[in-house]
Amino acid sequence: MKKFTKFVSLALASVLVISSFAGCGSKEESTATNDSQDAAETSESTGADTFKIGGIGPVTGGAAAYGTAVKNGIQLAVDEINAAGGINGKQIEYKFEDDEHNAEKAVNAYNTLKDWGMQLLIGTVTSAPCTAVVEKTKEDNMFQLTPSATAVESIQYDNAFRICFSDPNQGTESAKYIGENGLAEKIAVIYDSSDVYSSGIYANFAAEAENQPFEIVAAEAFTADSKTDFTVQLQKAKDANADMIFLPIYYQEASLILTQADKMGYKPSFFGCDGLDGILGVENFDAALAEGAMLLTPFTAGAEDDATQAFVTAYEEAFGETPIQFAADAYDCVYAIKAAIESANVTPDMSVSDICDALKTAMTEITMDGLTGSGITWSADGEPSKEAKAVVIENGEYKVM
Amino acid sequence: MSFISYLINGISLGSVYAIIALGYTMVYGIAKMLNFAHGDVIMIGAYVVLMGMTKAGLSPILAVLIAVIICTVLGVTVERVAYRPLRNAASPLAVLITAIGVSYLLQNLALLIFGANTQSFPTAIAWKGFSLAGGTLNISGETVITIAACIVIMVALTLFVQKTKQGQAMRAVSEDRGAAQLMGINVNGTIALTFAIGSALAAIAGVLLCSAYPSLTPYTGAMPGIKAFVAAVFGGIGSIPGALIGGILLGIIEIMGKAYISSQMADAIVFAVLIIVLLVKPTGLLGKNIQEKV
Repeated sequence: MKKFTKFVSLALASVLVISSFAGCGSKEESTATNDSQDAAETSESTGADTFKIGGIGPVTGGAAAYGTAVKNGIQLAVDEINAAGGINGKQIEYKFEDDEHNAEKAVNAYNTLKDWGMQLLIGTVTSAPCTAVVEKTKEDNMFQLTPSATAVESIQYDNAFRICFSDPNQGTESAKYIGENGLAEKIAVIYDSSDVYSSGIYANFAAEAENQPFEIVAAEAFTADSKTDFTVQLQKAKDANADMIFLPIYYQEASLILTQADKMGYKPSFFGCDGLDGILGVENFDAALAEGAMLLTPFTAGAEDDATQAFVTAYEEAFGETPIQFAADAYDCVYAIKAAIESANVTPDMSVSDICDALKTAMTEITMDGLTGSGITWSADGEPSKEAKAVVIENGEYKVM
Repeated sequence: MSFISYLINGISLGSVYAIIALGYTMVYGIAKMLNFAHGDVIMIGAYVVLMGMTKAGLSPILAVLIAVIICTVLGVTVERVAYRPLRNAASPLAVLITAIGVSYLLQNLALLIFGANTQSFPTAIAWKGFSLAGGTLNISGETVITIAACIVIMVALTLFVQKTKQGQAMRAVSEDRGAAQLMGINVNGTIALTFAIGSALAAIAGVLLCSAYPSLTPYTGAMPGIKAFVAAVFGGIGSIPGALIGGILLGIIEIMGKAYISSQMADAIVFAVLIIVLLVKPTGLLGKNIQEKV
């Protein structure tokens, strides 16, 4: 008896130990720049004659589609700029580190890049790791521009900026978009309460919903530890007669929700934010289930304008797949940095902190026409101002609504 | 109607927990150790089925059979290499820590071989299920097959333990290892057999789990493994019917907690119930209170 209690307490203690270690396995990946730049690296590595730009994001794990897209998007822009003579005549060196959408690993990746000599950071790609890394960049006064971390806290210091909308923005814009276009009357929300991105969007969506003609009939949460079984949340949505489910979550869980809703014979419409982007690329997922799903996104490969088409063609040629918005965000990041560097006349031999101070001011002064919006401007708190767009999935492709 | 739907989902989820809990409970009952790597054997089993179906194009049944064989071999190998040499170690902690080590070894091996990307699991069960009450109650094929598999496994295992010679040997080893050895029972062989059965069940649990919730990562086994361990303790560790009752109750509590209390608190509720049960009945629902004679 005594022995048994001892065993159980021991076992529970080890459960604690296990859970605190959960997610510790690691896989590092770094990308060397392409051949021409490798040559540049060896010949110029002694003098500070190149801008060293680092990138951080998940290229493995549940959000790998984003990290990979960002990595490729930056690569494409860097190659273009280098081929055209660089920024103010200076070439760019670029290195990307994997963080598996994990805050701890993101900080490790940041330290690795700092050892490499990084002067500017593009990243991180996802909100939670970015919120951790921004503490470090603040400490070092390193300029940081995230393509896609949407949490408010992700750029809470004056050295950090972003290209994408913030969570409050996404939540508010989604609610407005649904309301103004009359897309639904009764909406159920399924969100991840353990994720700052998801709960942030939800909070603002709910606040804006009060001014809109639709009604939130169910708001159900899940957590990182229970993100496979959504039958209960879906059943509640169904019972509440929701005709639309709002999914402010990432595509991996969304693909499970779509699959499980289909199994239940429940067919509402789905509306998501930028996290839903990538759902068509989930392995073994029946993409037909995503037909008709809508998402708020600043970029779609199907858009007809010249800049988008040129980007899509170049991207497809280089990486063999159609770019998602994250690739476009990342591409814009590099050009925003280029514009800011040119406007402030920053040179690579300046210290990290001086570069940061110069770019901080320059970012609020530039106006940029990018893939993810035209006439983008930034305020001193790092938020961009641009227009919201939505797309719908039709015949396995994103179409502008 | 949604209550019935929650109940069925709860029983289905609980059935998976019960099948996993069997592995914990049998190994604990017979080898007196907690095999924390059990949850990761589930994950390996699921990956084998996934690879078999997507890469080798095998039929689901054949893929499951191969997974059962590979997991059995894996379980027996782990027992032989990592646990048996430590069975008579001075501290029972040694083998417990080794089990945690094996768990991480398996997770990281899977991470190396299959990568950290979440894989969507193709449905191994083609049958769509049926709907009752004019389409308001849908019961998926996975749910039916999971519950059926759980019942079949429980009946077969109980018969095996009660009626066969090996089953008798298992019970003897569980009661008194030393005496069993003196009676001519091959203790090492019996323990290896227990691991073989537990791991084969883990493979089946892996397929059922991933068919119902089609996502697979190297960490997929961890949380269900811990929950199934809770189910085993809940029902009375060492007891086969206890694993069944513990598993199914746990599944129902989890789903009902999510449905009627709070969807964020599901796990907190599950673990709170465990604490309450242990406070009231420290040996679990069906656990035997064996007096140790000095």
